Amino acid sequence: MSKQYETVIGLEVHVELATKTKIFCGCSTEFGGAPNSHTCPVCTGMPGALPVLNRQVVEYALAVGLAANCSINQYCKFDRKNYFYPDNPQNYQISQLYLPICHDGWVEIETKAGKKRVGIHEIHMEEDAGKLIHDEWEDCSLVDYNRSGVPLIEIVSEPDMRSGDEVIAYLEKLRMIIQYLGASDCKLQEGSMRADVNLSVREAGTRELGTRTEMKNLNSFKAIARAIEGERNRQIELLEDGKEIIQETRRWDDNKESSYAMRSKEDAQDYRYFPDPDLTPIIISDEWIARIKAQQPELQTEKMERYQREYQLPEYDAGILTASKHLADLFEETVKLCGKPKEVSNWLMTDAMRLLKEHEQEPQELSFSPGNLAKLIGLLEENVINRTVARSVFEMIFAENVDPEQYVEEKGLKVVSDEGALRKVIQEILEKNPQSAADYKAGKQKAMGFVVGQTMRAMKGKADPAVVNQLVKEILEELIVN
Amino acid sequence: MANTISSETMDYVGILAKLELSLEEKEAARKDMERMLDYIDQLNELDTSQTEPLSHVFPVNNVFREDVVTNGDEREKILKNAPEQKDGAFKVPKTVE
Repeated sequence: MSKQYETVIGLEVHVELATKTKIFCGCSTEFGGAPNSHTCPVCTGMPGALPVLNRQVVEYALAVGLAANCSINQYCKFDRKNYFYPDNPQNYQISQLYLPICHDGWVEIETKAGKKRVGIHEIHMEEDAGKLIHDEWEDCSLVDYNRSGVPLIEIVSEPDMRSGDEVIAYLEKLRMIIQYLGASDCKLQEGSMRADVNLSVREAGTRELGTRTEMKNLNSFKAIARAIEGERNRQIELLEDGKEIIQETRRWDDNKESSYAMRSKEDAQDYRYFPDPDLTPIIISDEWIARIKAQQPELQTEKMERYQREYQLPEYDAGILTASKHLADLFEETVKLCGKPKEVSNWLMTDAMRLLKEHEQEPQELSFSPGNLAKLIGLLEENVINRTVARSVFEMIFAENVDPEQYVEEKGLKVVSDEGALRKVIQEILEKNPQSAADYKAGKQKAMGFVVGQTMRAMKGKADPAVVNQLVKEILEELIVN
Repeated sequence: MANTISSETMDYVGILAKLELSLEEKEAARKDMERMLDYIDQLNELDTSQTEPLSHVFPVNNVFREDVVTNGDEREKILKNAPEQKDGAFKVPKTVE
């Protein structure tokens, strides 16, 4: 490859909103019901059914838009996007084309290359489609409309990203904002957050954009990174061979690590949008916007600053703790119970993070209660257990949310600081290892460490190391004197 | 005036609307659509530069429902609308993108 190329990426991100009901009817949005058990004439597109907008959808869309520094279209409306597919029973999707609720915003992202702003072109409200299951046995497709009409917002970025790293940072930022607002749980694997990648390449230094393709079916950050790399290389190869890039939608197959074109030319993408006459325009007053602004919870940047100020945590720790709303909540609730921010932070930053990594889990999957971590910190503080034992108890809290007080009691993990019992153990060790006393007498300090280690081992880690140290020293000194 | 619609456009509109028309039907539809375009041309003669675009025929806005579940499980009634069904789902010809 002789020429240098630049990748230009824009994203369309769909987010399922955390409402109790669908966008235009009173059906539940609960996940996992029996097929078609959450459907009605509206969300199955029966003729004559009348959609009525869920107010909460507008509130969530406004909250996300304001948090992403958007301007609000205070007069907005819905349009019909016409296409035929069995997952869409009306033969049109209710969406917003002409006057989307939010436009012209930005979020700041940070990568190794530094900080930069990614522009938000617009955010619009729309309805999700049903789910198709292909039945190989009967060679037919089965449609479940439970998801039909679940509210979505689509966040369309400007083509401001230049690498896979920037795309991941942007998605993580959006996810964090939306989770903080409680507007969605944003799970890529489960499809409550979905990203389509628009990508083109151009020779470095040129300003004109190349022909772009749109990539669908990306359901993990890893798949997104691989798809970007794959599509960039595919386009560069075409250009190098003097071939043309066709503007098309491609489906990424993460197992094969390659993509294929999805739609044929006969299926022209001509959606013939027009205003939906069933839905009335939405007028968003200044008061409404002010109320949403006033209700905005503390977002990550503010929380991070507060942690540094209020708890004297380093910037790095504050950043990690606040990167997930769930982790931040866990931290704050535990601190409220035990009053030891630094200690709570240490447990979450080191042991919890290590275990998450080992289990390939995300911070939002932490499932133990703040009460149990607070109890563990209390046990350690009062010297009921030592740190080694505490770390193994924490693994049990992490895995099964055990009550540490009960667990320590049941497993007999309390620190033994009964001097008589300890003395007996030390004496036995010295009898078995007469060389140690001799070495100590000869001035070899290391010998003491060996005896301490053997004692801790004999006590299965339950002895208080400070007490053991003190006792071993006393006993050895007595031996020298005698 | 007197708009004409090419047969390519008629074929394209047919594809978009998923309609298979006979030659006679296509010819009749073409005449109807040409008349509609003529009518729109007539409307376009009006000066609307000072008029707000109309997005709804009724002077109503902000019709909302609250986010409360009001519908129960009506699977059986809903599935009565399915031409065919299997395992509680609408059964349709195999459709793969």
